[in-house]
Amino acid sequence: MSCAGCVGAVETALQSVPGVTSASVNFAEHTAGVEGNVSVTALINAVSQAGYAAAELKGEESEAEKEAVELAYYRALLHKTVVAAVVGVPLFIGGMSGLFPALDQPWGQLVWLIASVATVGVLGYSGGHFFTGAWKSFRNHNANMDTLIALGTGTAWLFSTVITIYPALVPPSARHVYFEAAVIIIALINFGSALEMRARGKTSEAIKRLIGLQPRTARVVRNGVELDIPIGDVGLAETLRVRPGERIPVDGVIIDGHSNIDESMLTGEPVPVGKKTGDQVSAGTINGTGSFLFQSKRIGKDTVLAQIIEMVRQAQSSKPAIGRIVDKVAAVFVPSVLIVVVITFMVWFNFGPEPKISFTLVTTMTVLIIACPCALGLATPISIMVGVGKAAEFGVLIRNGDALQQAGRLTAIVLDKTGTITQGKPAVTGIYPVNGITKDELLACAAGLETSSEHPLAAAIVSAAQVKGLTLPAVTGFQAVAGHGVQGTINGQPVLLGNARLLTKYRIAVGSLQDQARQLATRAETAMYLAIGGKLQGIIAVADPVKPDSKAAIARLHKLGLKVIMLTGDNISTAKAVAHQVGVDVVLAEVLPQEKHQKVTELQEAKEIVGMVGDGINDAPALARADVGFAIGSGTDVAIESADITLMRGSLHGVADAIAVSRATVRNIKQNLFGAFIYNSLGIPVAAGVLYPFIGILLNPMIAGAAMAMSSVTVVSNANRLRLFKTRRDA
Amino acid sequence: MTATLVNIISVLLIGLIIYWFWIAKPATRHSVGGSVDILVDNGVYEPARIEVNVGQPITLRFTRKDHSPCAEKVVFADFGLTIDLPVDQTIDIKLQPENAGEYPFTCQMQMYRGMLVVK
Repeated sequence: MSCAGCVGAVETALQSVPGVTSASVNFAEHTAGVEGNVSVTALINAVSQAGYAAAELKGEESEAEKEAVELAYYRALLHKTVVAAVVGVPLFIGGMSGLFPALDQPWGQLVWLIASVATVGVLGYSGGHFFTGAWKSFRNHNANMDTLIALGTGTAWLFSTVITIYPALVPPSARHVYFEAAVIIIALINFGSALEMRARGKTSEAIKRLIGLQPRTARVVRNGVELDIPIGDVGLAETLRVRPGERIPVDGVIIDGHSNIDESMLTGEPVPVGKKTGDQVSAGTINGTGSFLFQSKRIGKDTVLAQIIEMVRQAQSSKPAIGRIVDKVAAVFVPSVLIVVVITFMVWFNFGPEPKISFTLVTTMTVLIIACPCALGLATPISIMVGVGKAAEFGVLIRNGDALQQAGRLTAIVLDKTGTITQGKPAVTGIYPVNGITKDELLACAAGLETSSEHPLAAAIVSAAQVKGLTLPAVTGFQAVAGHGVQGTINGQPVLLGNARLLTKYRIAVGSLQDQARQLATRAETAMYLAIGGKLQGIIAVADPVKPDSKAAIARLHKLGLKVIMLTGDNISTAKAVAHQVGVDVVLAEVLPQEKHQKVTELQEAKEIVGMVGDGINDAPALARADVGFAIGSGTDVAIESADITLMRGSLHGVADAIAVSRATVRNIKQNLFGAFIYNSLGIPVAAGVLYPFIGILLNPMIAGAAMAMSSVTVVSNANRLRLFKTRRDA
Repeated sequence: MTATLVNIISVLLIGLIIYWFWIAKPATRHSVGGSVDILVDNGVYEPARIEVNVGQPITLRFTRKDHSPCAEKVVFADFGLTIDLPVDQTIDIKLQPENAGEYPFTCQMQMYRGMLVVK
């Protein structure tokens, strides 16, 4: 649909379908809600005939559908396991215990012929998918796990059936059948797949939890009436009511009322945030005890929640460099194993002891069964899935696998000062009157002057006066003196407000307050002198306060072994004072905004792997230049698209959390890869019988089947350990 | 005599494995009308090799029939795309490759393999 006019055309087309009782089209979301008894196909056809395209919307229902499909598949796998085990276990016990006659005993051939028919049935039912997959892959010039399993079990069954019918083909000592091995292997691998599916379900819990945050209905106020409607029907600029304890349905701005809102599910920030008229609210967050009206500003896939879900989903599917190397190995793995199988066959056939045919068969079958390309292929994506989801729980959004891998390797972290280490909101931190004036009089006078000023520090003074409810005096003849301060006239008296240079210029002595000013500077506070009628009246101290947890977070970064660098445009004395307060290692002060990325480059040239933390707007070039760019937001008001890693909380702890979770995830991937490589590179030679000439050990193919089945389960379970990962915020 | 024959067959088999899986290419489907239907079932993509012209937009319509979780995502690593494939649904993936070359698409574990050939 290209215009709102199309809405009518589509609605008419939908309403004309027999069975439809009502149809409404949402132009903003490009969706239509239809009521009635009618098939989706009929609706899609009607829309197509009207000249538009349509598809069935799969939202939350599709998650439920997906779970139902997975559950059905899980049950089918378990059923196949049981059927194979019911046939395989008695065959195994009967064969081992001598309950069933051997091939060359009376009735032996008949018994094992029956076993052959029974096992081929089981192979067809419980293992048919391996054989079909193997054949289709082969036709496509591809080989996969199915190829290995089908060849291994198929060979065992075929050999056993041939010697059951023609025992004389092999020497008496080799007349041993492997029907039980074929079906027990199938049972074990199906069981392993079922366990793996269960464990896999847990790996996507984080994203399911995020999807679950989205309410299904919203209460809109239309023509003064409150209506509960499906979330998809909410339009832009609609008025919505949120009652105590309810989830906020879409993003918007409060237009009436106030409340405390729990945003922890999006930002990781545990303390509810106070919101009043004019403040933004986000979909998925929970209203506290207040009730309010708000206007919708972002709906559907544009809400912050929807963007977070999309970003996490994308990141969970992406692979870091480490995973791409493994992919190259995985791509050639199965054909390589097939070559190893033929070589194993040749070695045992030419040099093996008698009965050669039995040794040859057992070893080739075991190599086919033990090789597990799945563990190798799963190792990286499954850990990324859990790691990225875990990070999202802390309010840390990781863009992709590369960002995750790089974050763990950082050696230096560059922090922008304003808004990153500090709150980015200057405030009055102290008032020091002299010569008989009161603090309030001093502040009111200064605020009166600053009302007309656009300087950031002016806003702090005016705001402090407003908080105290002071009446501001009228000012005439206001004038800003660049680099010095401001001046004007109040009640006929000239008033000056600014730095020491401003007062010196007018020959007003500042000597009595100079010590005070110096002390303020050491605490990163800026002193602003006020003089009325040519006489010094006091100092107002203004500072951009350091965030309460910046120091603790920087200590954590140090513990993680990172060099912490502060980058700022401020003068060196203020910068040093802030640096001293929070404990950074290096201060780069008086850096112009356009020079920031240059400083990052210099650090990289000095062989540092650099992470840059900024607000994502003013620091965009430096964030892009850094090995990992962190955009730090406050609450849900953050540009998610702007960096490699987005910190939904305004706290620097997010940087430490991101690095810690990245390191844990990369460690987990390495454990998985190491396990999968070791498993295959030890398992395959042992299965091929390299230990036999030395210590006489050969692997039983059924044990190989169990090992293979468990190798994937182990990888998935190890990745699931990441779900228990905790950051060490209190450390 | 038997041993020699078995050994010759084995060596030929190794040659065949190398030829079949690494040298020979699966049947290629040229895109017609800018869209190709790809069936995801029994461990394979069918067709597994699709040819398009440089700059030609193409819609790959994946329909997953295979219930195995291995088939649940298709990854176009060169395009930075990982797409979920729900069972029994058709998912359209629109691409417009600007450079000639071979672009593999796989499942996450590299077992399902296909190739988009851009000429």
